[in-house]
Amino acid sequence: MVKLLFRSPPRSTRSDSARGLVTQLLRRKCEPWAPGLSYGRCGSTLEPVWVGTDTGILKGVNLQRKQAANFTPSGQPRREEAVSALCWGAGGETQILVGCADGTVKHFSTEEGRFQGQSEHCPGGEGMFRGLAQVDGTLITCVDSGILRVWHDNDKEASSDPLLELRVGPGVCRMRQDPARPHIVATGGKENALKVWDLQGSEEPVFRAKNVRNDWLDLRVPIWDQDIQFLPESQKLVTCTGYHQVRVYDPASPQRRPVLEATYGEYPLTAMTLTPGGNSVIVGNTHGQLAEIDLRQGRLLVCLKGLAGSVRGLQCHPSKPLLASCGLDRVLRVHRIRNPRGLDHKVYLKSQLNCLLLSGRDNWEDEPQEPQEPNKVPSEDTETDELWASLEAAAKRKLPDLEQSQGALQTRQRKKKRPGSTSFLKSLCSRCK
Amino acid sequence: MAKAGDKSGGSGNKGLKRKAATEERQEAAVAEDGTTESGVQPSKAAAFPPGFSVSEIKNKQRRHLMFTRWKQQQRKEKLAAKKKLKKEREALGDKAPPKPIPKTIDNQRVYDETTVDPNDEEVAYDEATDEFASYFNRQTSPKILITTSDRPHGRTVRLCEQLSTVIPNSHVYYRRGLALKKIIPQCISRDFTDLIVINEDRKIPNGLILSHLPNGPTAHFKMSSVRLRKEIKRRGKEPTEHIPEIILNNFTTRLGHSVGRMFASLFPHNPQFTGRQVATFHNQRDYIFFRFHRYIFKSEKKVGIQELGPRFTLKLRSLQKGTFDSKYGEYEWVHKPREMDTSRRKFHL
Repeated sequence: MVKLLFRSPPRSTRSDSARGLVTQLLRRKCEPWAPGLSYGRCGSTLEPVWVGTDTGILKGVNLQRKQAANFTPSGQPRREEAVSALCWGAGGETQILVGCADGTVKHFSTEEGRFQGQSEHCPGGEGMFRGLAQVDGTLITCVDSGILRVWHDNDKEASSDPLLELRVGPGVCRMRQDPARPHIVATGGKENALKVWDLQGSEEPVFRAKNVRNDWLDLRVPIWDQDIQFLPESQKLVTCTGYHQVRVYDPASPQRRPVLEATYGEYPLTAMTLTPGGNSVIVGNTHGQLAEIDLRQGRLLVCLKGLAGSVRGLQCHPSKPLLASCGLDRVLRVHRIRNPRGLDHKVYLKSQLNCLLLSGRDNWEDEPQEPQEPNKVPSEDTETDELWASLEAAAKRKLPDLEQSQGALQTRQRKKKRPGSTSFLKSLCSRCK
Repeated sequence: MAKAGDKSGGSGNKGLKRKAATEERQEAAVAEDGTTESGVQPSKAAAFPPGFSVSEIKNKQRRHLMFTRWKQQQRKEKLAAKKKLKKEREALGDKAPPKPIPKTIDNQRVYDETTVDPNDEEVAYDEATDEFASYFNRQTSPKILITTSDRPHGRTVRLCEQLSTVIPNSHVYYRRGLALKKIIPQCISRDFTDLIVINEDRKIPNGLILSHLPNGPTAHFKMSSVRLRKEIKRRGKEPTEHIPEIILNNFTTRLGHSVGRMFASLFPHNPQFTGRQVATFHNQRDYIFFRFHRYIFKSEKKVGIQELGPRFTLKLRSLQKGTFDSKYGEYEWVHKPREMDTSRRKFHL
């Protein structure tokens, strides 16, 4: 019995009859998702959020339907292929580069919904990928032991030597690429101070951060940079540390020490993202606490609640006030960070989530509904007609009350909320039911 | 509010109880005779204007009186309704509708989306390859180290000893003020698979830290209702050296599964049924009840049980990925009372 939860290897190897069976099974299994589901088009650009898990599955999550499509490079989940880094590939948001725990980088096409080509084996160094980036057809990878390599991102050439290799220092926790200047990367880690490298320049870092002064007991303050972000429209960088500090560095100033330091909470901060305004960052710690910290004053603005486990991935939408967070509690949450603040979507994905990618598209809510409407609208009408007919038959006297009260309720809710009246109407409606 | 007026006229400051009694008798008399005072009907309902509630009476004694009277009325009505229903059921006989199931908090539990579906492949793979895989694949057999917080008192020490008789292949060591982070590498090198630390506060054990050793999760529980062997009434004799069976009840969600597997990995695989001993971890409403019994089948259907061993209740506070590191470790689940305990019908295990 075939239970299709995972996508299988490339289409060309399957026979037509099998494909028919596959599409049938997929349709039956994923029916509520999209009516026009066919093997080629499933996992198309409908998903705004892509999440990588510990079991090697890449999930495309549809927030409206609270469902995830699972994709694995080899039809089964494997822990050796645990996704440790995700980044958008070349050509807009049509390709995703997936860094796995076994040292390979795989290409995933969002339009086709499958892993393409051969995985690039990027050996060298021990540990998982801590950063993935791509620029001008080359791939930048950084592993835990501190080896940063630039590879040719070419399917035809198999396992070529790296174009460039840098030793960044052991214990790297994050490597991040500057979105404005793609050849600039920053690295930082445990007892590995923040360094900014220019890949086109020399082998020495462009900026090397200095540790803060000794604390009030004259003890050296330990360093543990967990996440780095480049601030837009300036050369500044923000880091969040495992000692619950958020620091801003400015390479343009002569000061190598942090320009601003803020602390939050008592637990290591594991993930960080910039908000659309550019003036604040949102950080998450190992207890699942999310906080927005203003970078102009260095103070805490708001906390977001809901997460129960360590935050592994955080990303804000570039223009909308939406924040996607994933963590060890196996749930993807999308919060709205202003007016009104709160949880928008929550999707339970059954494996521990490691990293996520949010698409910067503006039209999330529109697309999934368009193919639905022509199909669903007539059926809904007939259903509601039957419903009204049954209601009329059952309670003739109450029907005009119900219609009036419903209309009245809607208008009242639009105008004002009067507690007494709505409760009265609610009691009416409940009686009618 | 003529009745109230009556009372204000009748009762004085002294002997209110007697006055109340007399008032009741007066009212009863009034009701029987049908005579009215100040032109008000004796039936209680009609005596007050609509919208009047007992709570508006300012005088506490009278308010209490009115309330008790109302309560008695309610009870009478309820009894009458029950009798009526019973008569109707008897009258209908076989055609009576089935009795409605009473609502309990367990019945009304909010459906948890993380409830594990036994056919789910992804969760099955996740469980098959998690940190307990080596135990469930029978590659390792458990070896437990039981210790306490520093300087334990008598109850805790006795609990540790009794626990070590319950859990086979377990060793109790005195803590000596050692740091857990230093104990753990030593345990790993000596092939221990689990570490249990019983925390003590004010001479009673109140916490349990269970850490699966090579790199496994650490669960921190709150322990309450600890009863040592001699405090258990009608208990059996000392437990024997046989390996007990395990019962894990009601661990339905994904978190519950993880915790259940943690408990299961404490005991060796091959229970000795001749020993007739069973350890039960029963989860109800997020509280885990631990009991240790000896059973005997008196006939095909009748079982007799004797409770041996200690008994305690656990509540999960946090589940941390990795061995014990409360400051810098990553947590899989943390109990947050203000966020998670808002609904009385939502449970997490």
